[in-house]
Amino acid sequence: MTTPVAQPRQRSISFPLTARRAALGLTALLSLLLLYFIGVDQGATSLFGSDTHLHEFVHDARHFLGFPCH
Amino acid sequence: MEFRYIYRGLGAGLLGGLLAFVFARIFAEPLVQEAIDYEDGRHEAQEALDAAAGLTAGAHDHGEVFSRSVQRNLGIGVGMALFGLAVGGLFVVVYLIVSRRYPNIRPRVLAALLAGAGFVGLYLVPFAKYPANPPAIGHEETIGARSALYVTMVAVSVVALGLAVVVGRWLAGRVGTWNASLVAGVVFLVLVGVAMALLPAYGHLGANRAEFGDFATETPQPLTAPNGTIVYPGFPADVLFRFRFYSVVSQLVLWATIALAFGQLAERLAVAPARRQARTAASAADRPAPAPTTAPAPTTAAG
Ligand SMILES: [Zn+2]
Repeated sequence: MTTPVAQPRQRSISFPLTARRAALGLTALLSLLLLYFIGVDQGATSLFGSDTHLHEFVHDARHFLGFPCH
Repeated sequence: MEFRYIYRGLGAGLLGGLLAFVFARIFAEPLVQEAIDYEDGRHEAQEALDAAAGLTAGAHDHGEVFSRSVQRNLGIGVGMALFGLAVGGLFVVVYLIVSRRYPNIRPRVLAALLAGAGFVGLYLVPFAKYPANPPAIGHEETIGARSALYVTMVAVSVVALGLAVVVGRWLAGRVGTWNASLVAGVVFLVLVGVAMALLPAYGHLGANRAEFGDFATETPQPLTAPNGTIVYPGFPADVLFRFRFYSVVSQLVLWATIALAFGQLAERLAVAPARRQARTAASAADRPAPAPTTAPAPTTAAG
């Protein structure tokens, strides 16, 4: 029997599975949050009360990207 | 390893968003202005009608938070760039999950497939039911219902796409890749078709039916005086078509940029570890070779 040699497939993963999952989960979460603020916030729902600065600022993008507005 | 992909996915998305913004600034902004001019004109016509009918129109001026100049130059740029960034983030997460599951798919091919799926699932199918609208189209009192319906349509579309892919993968070993892909396509179309049939049109929402009558959309109809003559036209059809067409094109610009830019970067990342391994193998070969069965490999010991 030969001693087990490290597989190249394992070497290509430079950090453990949980860290990978955290990185992917965090990226997905922040992306969704960003989409929400660009597309929906201060329209139907608002995290900043009745303020409309965010809505008005990205207003044209919101229309052009297909999100409901006005 | 993952971070190198994530940075590149975000970068490709940001670049795509910026290119889509350039397109939007040139082609969409004149239409947005036409739509706003239409809205202003309609508002004046409505006030004149109200005055003739003896109604006192309530002061209805919009306090401008940002000037049109800021909105059409800076606001839409920031909005579309950040949208690209967010889409790039979602894209790279899916890319990393799928590429681990199916490591034999070439990076640029996988990037193109996933970008195509993103374009269809996140944008095109929801657009088919609830297309993009310029300003002047959309009633303020239905914004809550419309947002909920739009998000629902996006969610259904994405889930249907996922289910179709699962069905396709399952069938591929049984009826071949081509037939499995066709069946998966049919599954996707049937699922989103059923959802489109079940979800109400914007114009059929209760508040709209009560105030405007039986119209499928919120597109403004001609304004008529009490005697039936049209005093202000309906929303110009050509402006509406061009706005929607350019909306589709700008999304194509965004997703195509992600597919091509990220695909290229991922190809380079994929060959980079292979090159490093080749180098370390070559340097190991220069040293006196230990007996392979007894000594551990020197490369792993070096870390
Ligand atoms: Zn609007």
